[in-house]
Amino acid sequence: MRSKIAIAALAAAGLAVLSTACSSGNGFGSSSASSTPAATANKSTLTLMFGSSGTAETAAVQQAAKAFTKQSGIPVQVIPASNLTQQVAQGFSGGTPPNVFYLDPLTFQNYAKDGVLDAYPSSLSNAGGFASALTQAFTYKSTFTCEPKDASTLALYVNAADWQQAGLGAPPANWSQLEADAKKLTTGSRTGLTIDQTHSGIDEFFYQNGGTVTNAAGTTVELDSAQNVAALTYLKGMLTQGIMKFPSQLGAGFSGQAFGENKAAMDIIGNWENGELQADYPGVKCKVYPLPAGPGGTQATLSFTNCWGVPKQQSNLAGAVEFVKFLTTSQQEMTFAKAFGVIPSLTTAQAQYEQTYPQYATFVQELSYAHPDIAIAGSTQALSAFDSALQQLASGNPASILKTAQQNLQAVVNQGA
Amino acid sequence: MTVLVRPEGPRNPPAAGGAGARRPLVTARTREAAAGWLMSAPVIVLLLVFLVAPIAMAAWVSVSDWNGIGSPFASGVHAVGGQNYQALLTQPGLPQQQLGESLRNTMYYVIIVVPVQTALALGLALIVSRKRLTGRGFFRTAYYFPSITSSVAVSILFLYLFGTAGVVNAIVGHLGGQGPNWFDDPNGVLHIILSGLGVTTAPGPLASHGFLGVSWWDWLAGPSVAMVAIIALAIWTTSGTFMLIFLPAIYAIPADLTEAAIMDGANAWQRFRRVTLPMLRPALFLVLTLGLFATWQVFDQIYLMSQGNPAGTTLTPAFLSYVTSFQDQQWGQGAAIAFILFALIVVLTIAQRLIVSDRRAGGAS
Repeated sequence: MRSKIAIAALAAAGLAVLSTACSSGNGFGSSSASSTPAATANKSTLTLMFGSSGTAETAAVQQAAKAFTKQSGIPVQVIPASNLTQQVAQGFSGGTPPNVFYLDPLTFQNYAKDGVLDAYPSSLSNAGGFASALTQAFTYKSTFTCEPKDASTLALYVNAADWQQAGLGAPPANWSQLEADAKKLTTGSRTGLTIDQTHSGIDEFFYQNGGTVTNAAGTTVELDSAQNVAALTYLKGMLTQGIMKFPSQLGAGFSGQAFGENKAAMDIIGNWENGELQADYPGVKCKVYPLPAGPGGTQATLSFTNCWGVPKQQSNLAGAVEFVKFLTTSQQEMTFAKAFGVIPSLTTAQAQYEQTYPQYATFVQELSYAHPDIAIAGSTQALSAFDSALQQLASGNPASILKTAQQNLQAVVNQGA
Repeated sequence: MTVLVRPEGPRNPPAAGGAGARRPLVTARTREAAAGWLMSAPVIVLLLVFLVAPIAMAAWVSVSDWNGIGSPFASGVHAVGGQNYQALLTQPGLPQQQLGESLRNTMYYVIIVVPVQTALALGLALIVSRKRLTGRGFFRTAYYFPSITSSVAVSILFLYLFGTAGVVNAIVGHLGGQGPNWFDDPNGVLHIILSGLGVTTAPGPLASHGFLGVSWWDWLAGPSVAMVAIIALAIWTTSGTFMLIFLPAIYAIPADLTEAAIMDGANAWQRFRRVTLPMLRPALFLVLTLGLFATWQVFDQIYLMSQGNPAGTTLTPAFLSYVTSFQDQQWGQGAAIAFILFALIVVLTIAQRLIVSDRRAGGAS
């Protein structure tokens, strides 16, 4: 009898521990964070989680947080994440996401679909002040939901010494000139052009050729169009001629490295290459030009950005929005630009940026015809399968590569709908 | 616990009733049992909280539509039956294909790593257990060193070793060959060998039929060149660990057994085959089982070195489960992959047990 009671007691104790473990807010808790947002900012500490590009960015963000605390009296804890996507996901599953965090366009789609983001831009006066490609990247079902913190576009980097040596003049204005210049720049030890072998390095050719990736609403994938097949065929042609090579063929991790080591004379890459060149290849003299237009004269590039994500359910919603408002002023964006080289997202700050850094004005000017990099909720694996196929472009069939990617991505879209 | 066994004691008065003579014994036994439960309670609670509960939760997530927000037991989470498993096992599409690819990659990884690391560990153990070897302590430490080095450091070291201009390719270059672009080469080793023999395209039936969204021709690709580099790393790091399991087992073999074998005229190979190896069977079983578990679940090297690239040829089920959950936020499908892997490992372990016990029965006859 007693043993049965003992067992029952133990089992009860075990279950009690078990159930507390399951309902605690630290693990897989039922969302214990306050569900009713405070009307006015309370003074509880905000957490800001971000993925840092290096010490310069971390220091700049910490400084901005300090300045905000001084102004508002709300303390901010700055958390540089080693794996941002994972750490933010852990926060959401535990019911305690960071109050403000860096959010990339693809993960933005995931969270917007789940309805966990606060659509705060409508309450801020600067919501209309961003470049349209950036606003588009963070618009979910026609609601602008998250304010972009910076901007990047792809441009054509040219090694000035190689260019002079080959006796070339004006930069290539269209595809045929790009191909001709790549041919002239190719030598025994160096290829004319390199681009990253991923969708983020290649999709701009689709837009230049009048194609697209999805329809405007993002409900239909339009990857396997004739224009896109022609664009990939054009790239494949340059690969087979050996006048364009992917970085892996050049023994480089990404195209910017191959360009820095002068294994390629031209590179299509974003403005993050500036920091790379300064840090690792200071001897390289380069020029930056807008990307050449497609056969129909269409100019296009890809834009990349992150935004200030603010969860709907959190301890200090009003404080978080206040903080984002502080971070998205022209003045603060210029401070970030000076500290770690990002391009501001606000058009007013971009004008200042162009004046301060005329050598990088190209990136800002390209924003007017930029298309956001593809971002569909839950598409990470479909995109990496696409990237794997693109890597094999030299020996692959452009039409079938696009057809497979079309099917995979459309399946992801259908699943989310 | 024996202290508590008091068959007859003053503090155990016979209970009311005529048949009281045997009651105290029963009470003592129940008291013993209660004390036993009490003493093992902390461990049972720990196991429930940290082992059983998470597994049960993961099992629930694998049959739910949980989106990673808040508790998986909240009201907004619904059971979706076997939908997550169906997407992986029966519906043609990318999830199924990637599961197939990850199983193929890991299969080759296991087939190569487990036998080689076991053989190498046994060989190393036999060498360093020799009494005549000078500097035994040094060699034991040296071989064990990779195991105690952080896997992050080892992974980065191997990234350099197998870089395009790395040490391995420099050696290959000195020998007159040209090393591959290790971590960017998705070509399967068997495919490379076959193309060397003139077979460059798949024979019709192999290309048109397949399993789990991967054609038979691709199942037969072998480990990719990138995977070979990771296989080399796995063997290098774990052989020392398993050497340590073999060493005491070798020391435990009675010297007179070996002496008797020598007296009977057995040569070195016969002594190894007929005396040492049978005596090491338990250690061998342990090493094979641990190796099988660890290799099927390989994650950290993939996460650090290749992230499944190039062309998905270093994708493993554990890494696929992580990406599906954390990056694509398909938590149900991610958990389902984990359970499919779990089932696979259970089946393989049972099969391994059957094979080993069969051998034992065969050896006894």
